[in-house]
Amino acid sequence: MADEAIVNASGTDTPAVHDGSGGEDGVRRRDFINIAAVSFAGVGGLAVLVPLVSQMAPSADVLAESSTEIDISQIAPGQAIKAVFRKQPVFVRNLTPTEISEADKVPVSSLRDPQTLEERTKPGKTNWLITMGVCTHLGCVPLGAGEGEVKGEFGGYFCPCHGSVYDTAARIRKGPAPKNLEVPPYEFTSDTVVKIG
Amino acid sequence: MSFPWAKEYKPSHPLMQWLDEKLPLPRFVYNAVGAGYPVPRNLNYMWNFGILAGVCLMLQIVTGVVLAMHYAANSGVAFDSVEHIMRDVNWGWMLRYAHANGASAFFVVVYIHIFRGFFYSSYKPPREMIWLLGVTIFLLMMATAFMGYVLPWGQMSFWGAKVITGLFSAIPVVGTPLQQWLLGGFAPDNAALNRFFSLHFLLPFVILGVVILHIWALHIPGSSNPTGVEVKSESDTVPFHPYYTAKDGFGLGVFAILYCTMLFFLPNALGHPDNYIQANPLSTPAHIVPEWYFWPFYAILRAFTADFLFIPAKLMGVLAMFSAILVWFFLPWLDTSPVRSGHYRPLFRKFFYLLVIDVLVLGYCGGSPAETKYVLISQIAATYYFLHFLVILPIVASIEKPAPLPFSITQAVLGKDDQTAPAA
Repeated sequence: MADEAIVNASGTDTPAVHDGSGGEDGVRRRDFINIAAVSFAGVGGLAVLVPLVSQMAPSADVLAESSTEIDISQIAPGQAIKAVFRKQPVFVRNLTPTEISEADKVPVSSLRDPQTLEERTKPGKTNWLITMGVCTHLGCVPLGAGEGEVKGEFGGYFCPCHGSVYDTAARIRKGPAPKNLEVPPYEFTSDTVVKIG
Repeated sequence: MSFPWAKEYKPSHPLMQWLDEKLPLPRFVYNAVGAGYPVPRNLNYMWNFGILAGVCLMLQIVTGVVLAMHYAANSGVAFDSVEHIMRDVNWGWMLRYAHANGASAFFVVVYIHIFRGFFYSSYKPPREMIWLLGVTIFLLMMATAFMGYVLPWGQMSFWGAKVITGLFSAIPVVGTPLQQWLLGGFAPDNAALNRFFSLHFLLPFVILGVVILHIWALHIPGSSNPTGVEVKSESDTVPFHPYYTAKDGFGLGVFAILYCTMLFFLPNALGHPDNYIQANPLSTPAHIVPEWYFWPFYAILRAFTADFLFIPAKLMGVLAMFSAILVWFFLPWLDTSPVRSGHYRPLFRKFFYLLVIDVLVLGYCGGSPAETKYVLISQIAATYYFLHFLVILPIVASIEKPAPLPFSITQAVLGKDDQTAPAA
């Protein structure tokens, strides 16, 4: 740049080519430098946003707590327990044959979130209904897993916050919740231990 | 920025003259809330609430900063640290009650300020920008209040946080990841509590910034007044100081009596006993309700119980709740009547009072359990709420025959105005 300026100043070259006022195609050198500089600064500025946004997401220790083992040997048919998975309640329920047949009687097509009990449990273990204890409306803990709690008119769970009612397969039957209680990923590590997550 | 007859700031003391030359801050104050700001002479007590809102903001900032010196934003100790403030810190009980009741007082004052705006159509040209900034302040206040309520980490704090962040999970596709991003986990926990504390500390200063813009925008056209007739001459105005500093001072005294009555005699009347139980992620309180100032919007949220076309009920409720406030942004263009004041709009006035009743009904339903009758009433009241803004206001503006306006503010006050055209 400095050399060119000297050349231009001495008048030994045509100013039209080197003073930056326009090349053959009308693109000025100065415009190019402007756009390039602002673009790079812009990309750099946006890149700074990545850590700023990402720091808000669940941190490694929060994610590390994402599996839970539960001993189910003490749960008699008709009973349920509440466990904790990802800081949220999980309902582990041992369904009675009556509750299973009640769930199977319902025509699937009539449901808001159509699913059969079999789709929501493991093969051969239809009596073990394992769901999140988090109402799919706004996240309250439904009643029905604890002893003496109201189970709602379909014998499953009842959310007291806004009145969502779930049936014995924890499927939404009435009220504002859009979905069935979520079935978390889980597996039976033995007949008496289930690993969630 | 002001009327040509506004008094000019003329410092007599050499020190003040020196300061005025280097940094004219006293001049700025003089022109904003001093004798240099001419204000319509006919303002009634409804015009006290802007200053009162400013006082509430300062009260919240001062008590809040002090509370932050004793509070610990960690889910393990947050609840205990609030009890520590209540029992052990010198005057801690008073500071905390002052802050909690200060929030309620702030909302009372701001709601009156907003409804003053509705009645006198303060949002109409040339004051649209003041209105838009005001609605922005209200949205920021709601966010701040919500996050503040989470900090004591009681049952209502926890479940309030869960339900409100649960609203975001209603958004299709990105909802659940968005909720987890907001909370920094799968449910409200330490990460959420910490960021809420950080933002609860920050947002009041953002509000303060927008308040300054709000007042700046106000001082361009000057204050409105109960007749809605613009200032025409010097006889229509009086200097802000001493006339309105005195009137605002009286209002402030009345406010302080009511506020102190709440603070010292009924400090928990507006709170929920459940929030004195530490947060328990495994047990939901039987009756989750937000603080009273969110009730009308909470009722609108709960009014949607059936899916609408392809939109699930939950998403409809969330959209409606946010729309209930966002619709205020469009008010300057929905109400097209050229007459501002409700005093001269007989038909509009009736609908204004209906809206007040409607919002009170919504508030009552929002604070009640989610039983069928309350949901049904909420549905009717929510429908009317949106009808008022989107249908009734434009129609009233086009069919109403307003009462005759006074020639000027002076004429409205004195019955005559020397500047009046011969007709009067």
